[in-house]
Amino acid sequence: MSYSGWIIITGVLVGLTCGITGSLIVLRKTAMLADAISHTVLLGIVGAFLVTQSLNGLPMLIGASIVGILTAFLIETLNKQGVQKDASIGVIFTTLFALAVVLISTSIGKQVHLDTEHALMGEIAFVPWNRLVFRGIDLGPKAIWMLGSVLLISLVVILLFYKQIKISTFDHHFAILIGIPVTLIHYLITTLVSLATVASFNSVGAILVVAMLIVPGATAYLLSERLVHVIVLSGIIGALSALIGYYFAVKWNVSISGSMASATGLVFMLAFLFNPRDGLCIKLWRQLNSKG
Amino acid sequence: MLEHLLLDLSSANLRWVLTGSLLLGFASGLVGSFVLLKKQSLISDAMAHAALPGVALGFLVFHEKSLPVLLIGATITSLIGTYLIQLIIQHSKLEADAAIGIIISVFFGSSIVLLTCIQQHASGNQAGLNTFIFGQAASLIGRDVHLVAVSAVILLGITMLFFKEFKMIIFDPNFAKGMGLPVTFLNGVLMFLIVGIVVIGIQTVGVILIAALIITPPLAARYWTEKLSVMAWLSALIGAVSGVIGTWFSTSIPDLPTGPMIVLVASSIFIISLLFGSKRGLIIKAVHVS
Amino acid sequence: MHALEISNISVSYNKQPVLENISFTVAPGTLTGIIGPNGAGKSSLIKAILGLISKRSGEVKVYQKPLSKHKHLIGYVPQRNEVDWDFPINARDVVLMGRYRKIGFFKKSKKQDIEWADQCLAKVGMLDYAERQISQLSGGQQQRIFLARALAQDASIYLMDEPFAGVDAATEKAIIQLMKDWKANDKTVLVVHHDLQTVTDYFDHVLLLNKQCIQYGTTHHVFTHENLEKTFGGRVSFLNQATV
Repeated sequence: MSYSGWIIITGVLVGLTCGITGSLIVLRKTAMLADAISHTVLLGIVGAFLVTQSLNGLPMLIGASIVGILTAFLIETLNKQGVQKDASIGVIFTTLFALAVVLISTSIGKQVHLDTEHALMGEIAFVPWNRLVFRGIDLGPKAIWMLGSVLLISLVVILLFYKQIKISTFDHHFAILIGIPVTLIHYLITTLVSLATVASFNSVGAILVVAMLIVPGATAYLLSERLVHVIVLSGIIGALSALIGYYFAVKWNVSISGSMASATGLVFMLAFLFNPRDGLCIKLWRQLNSKG
Repeated sequence: MLEHLLLDLSSANLRWVLTGSLLLGFASGLVGSFVLLKKQSLISDAMAHAALPGVALGFLVFHEKSLPVLLIGATITSLIGTYLIQLIIQHSKLEADAAIGIIISVFFGSSIVLLTCIQQHASGNQAGLNTFIFGQAASLIGRDVHLVAVSAVILLGITMLFFKEFKMIIFDPNFAKGMGLPVTFLNGVLMFLIVGIVVIGIQTVGVILIAALIITPPLAARYWTEKLSVMAWLSALIGAVSGVIGTWFSTSIPDLPTGPMIVLVASSIFIISLLFGSKRGLIIKAVHVS
Repeated sequence: MHALEISNISVSYNKQPVLENISFTVAPGTLTGIIGPNGAGKSSLIKAILGLISKRSGEVKVYQKPLSKHKHLIGYVPQRNEVDWDFPINARDVVLMGRYRKIGFFKKSKKQDIEWADQCLAKVGMLDYAERQISQLSGGQQQRIFLARALAQDASIYLMDEPFAGVDAATEKAIIQLMKDWKANDKTVLVVHHDLQTVTDYFDHVLLLNKQCIQYGTTHHVFTHENLEKTFGGRVSFLNQATV
């Protein structure tokens, strides 16, 4: 596999993983919770390093899941104490993120080989060189393995709990009444968001993670009428945005993750303006016709 | 360490920088009270992220790192971002949280593209632009500090001028309209104030965390009082204290970014208020229940 | 045997009492209208009974067992504005949610479940719309989808929150027909209702509510001027008109 081939695969895997999970959070109207988590997992990564003194995949995934759930839990707790949802999200994620950034700027950061720029923009260009070697056999880039496993976990969880996710997302109260463990489902999805974030974090950074979590899901939501279509389409749009973004990044020699994030915006804009059912252009066209 | 901190204070530049942070924190705390009551906390986060492409564009177009140019660029894209959020909410089935998330991530992503563009074309002069992400108060030079300080004072003045009006339009916009207040205009003024805070704060605090300086101080203040005016001034005070202490620490300890330090100070004050606040603090509540 | 036994339910929101010491028992095969002014806590009462909001005190027994043991006997029709109608599912999917307990945790819906859902849709006259995405339905049609979902639950006790609010004549007729069928099958129905003029036509029992339970009993006995004045306070002139 060529160097750029690995980078493209990484981007596509990020798009698929984040897109699939992200569609759920858009439908559940918790997009900003995902934004918060995608920032605070940095603290989980730093924490995992402080505990294990290494940057291995598994401790990082666990650390990130813990911090992800902690983020959601703290936001909910503040909310129950009477702080507005918006403000609780704002105060919790800025605090945990600031803490992580400060820790990274101290000597810890130099040991972890993390810097703040890396945290934001990732190091997708280094992905092909950081390889998983097992008993002397080169198994390909680590990031691919990590993303692949998280994608698999997400697919299994969504397939297993599809019905529960669907009902609890559509009608929370009804779901409680018919005995669906709604809190469990909520934290399960929160965990998926954390996993998707941390798996993507190293390669593409926080910005692209947020973009890939929210924008493809929102785009797919505009375009489809069945839950399963939204989920699948969101994954496809994520992957497609990665390809478009990569193409322009190479063409203009700019940041790959920044370009992929911009591409998600481009695809969203097209859907927002031209989607045949209720896109902005169609609406304006109908208005013009009805007046004239 | 304390000795070291006090020694620093004798430097004239640091005193200027601290004054800038103090005024910035004070203004953002005051404006933040209205933002909180208007339930626009996360929109202020989006405004901040949407300011970054403007900084990069300002630099790309004028090829110089003059703060006024960059800040005008920041203001323009920030306003565009805010407008787009409204547009998405109005013309699609998406709600505020998704719309805000889209604008935050896409604007920020595109600004990273622009920054890497600058890196190639603008012969190393860009070095300072990265400080707009996390903020580095030490990078402020005298002229910049003056600009920040003067702008902060102007924003403060406008807020004080419209204090009563803001209170009315936020509490009951329909009643305010009935009383003949220009509600749309006043909403516009408030939005301009938020953009103003964001724009003058990005070099000190950075776009990612500037929202915290708007959100956290009024939240903390809320635990000590039930009166809006007290809350607003207390919030301003908390903002100013956070600004000064955070900046002081970050300029005294090498490599420590200013924004996150300011945020951590503000968050600490918030946690203390949450626990010990005299009006709504958890301990007071617990005592009342038992 | 009582179908529903409510004792001493109290609910507070932000330290403000919403419901205070509500107690009443409902016999099987009755149609009860829950009547009271705005802010009387009608919806809160239903949600408290269902355990959807936390109670300060109180107990709910369903056929003499605690609610948690008999939750499957309860069907629920929430207010229409409580869900996102842009959600990407079609009408049949919503109705199938009512079969969740029968289908089981990890199992897919079988052919018989889908047939069952379609029967329920047919009963409310919505079978032709089974494949429609729910935002493309009118308000009344959406309400009928919720009714079909409740039907699919095959419950013994139905709680409905303002089902008549803002619906068309066809939907109103469908709801009335359903209530009659339920009553004939000895099922119990509680409905939050705001239109005083139709109370005597729709319900055989009335619960007058204004934070407290003013009175509960047969419509004939309870739905009187005197009691309504107690429930609604000073708005008597409007009541005179309504209860002629």
